[in-house]
Amino acid sequence: MAVVVRIPTPLRKLTGNQNEVREEGGTIREILKNLESHYPGIGERLADESGELRRFINIYVNEEDIRFRDGLDTAIKPGDEVSIIPAIAGGAK
Amino acid sequence: MSGSRHLRPEVRLPSAMASEILNHCQSVRPEEACGLVAADSKGEPVAIIPVTNALHSPVRYQMETREQFDAMKRLRREGWSLWAIFHSHPHSEPAPSPTDIRLAFYPDCHYLIAGLGTDPPVIRCFTIVDGKVSESPLRLIS
Repeated sequence: MAVVVRIPTPLRKLTGNQNEVREEGGTIREILKNLESHYPGIGERLADESGELRRFINIYVNEEDIRFRDGLDTAIKPGDEVSIIPAIAGGAK
Repeated sequence: MSGSRHLRPEVRLPSAMASEILNHCQSVRPEEACGLVAADSKGEPVAIIPVTNALHSPVRYQMETREQFDAMKRLRREGWSLWAIFHSHPHSEPAPSPTDIRLAFYPDCHYLIAGLGTDPPVIRCFTIVDGKVSESPLRLIS
């Protein structure tokens, strides 16, 4: 089952400038694994060496942040839309 | 600051939008303010979208995640693009700090920094790509 994954501008170089791709997977973890196999290099931008989501990466399924669901194990169903959104942060110090 | 600065062609921003940014930054002072500037299909800045600083700090900002998500969705629905990310430095020079550079994940848009420590306050415009900062002269147009 493939669902739409929205790719943010900072990662579009890795997806051939596509702002949306379709990816298979029953959970976010599976989708990220398949993304990496199709677009090498994207996986390490999203998850750290232990496979956990990087602190400044937010992933939404439809309208919900996966951190408030089951994290990377959040289940995906047909018609869901996955959005990858790098945090916007900084500051004077 | 790490990286070198290179001067680039001027960037134009309607003065009413610059005022909108500064007014928002002043309204949340002494906390840092943040938000997005959207561009229309011609690439011209068209809207200021303030976003809550989830950290409520005078020296750090992080956009409130849900508001950032909603702002990005609004851009997509309106057919807009992300033209700039703005934030304020309430007390320090309006130039990218090491933190700003380390956390700059959007190389394709401008970073506008409002410095509120001077009278009048100023906005400066940068791009940050792979840790390298380039400043563009910001021209306010009517």
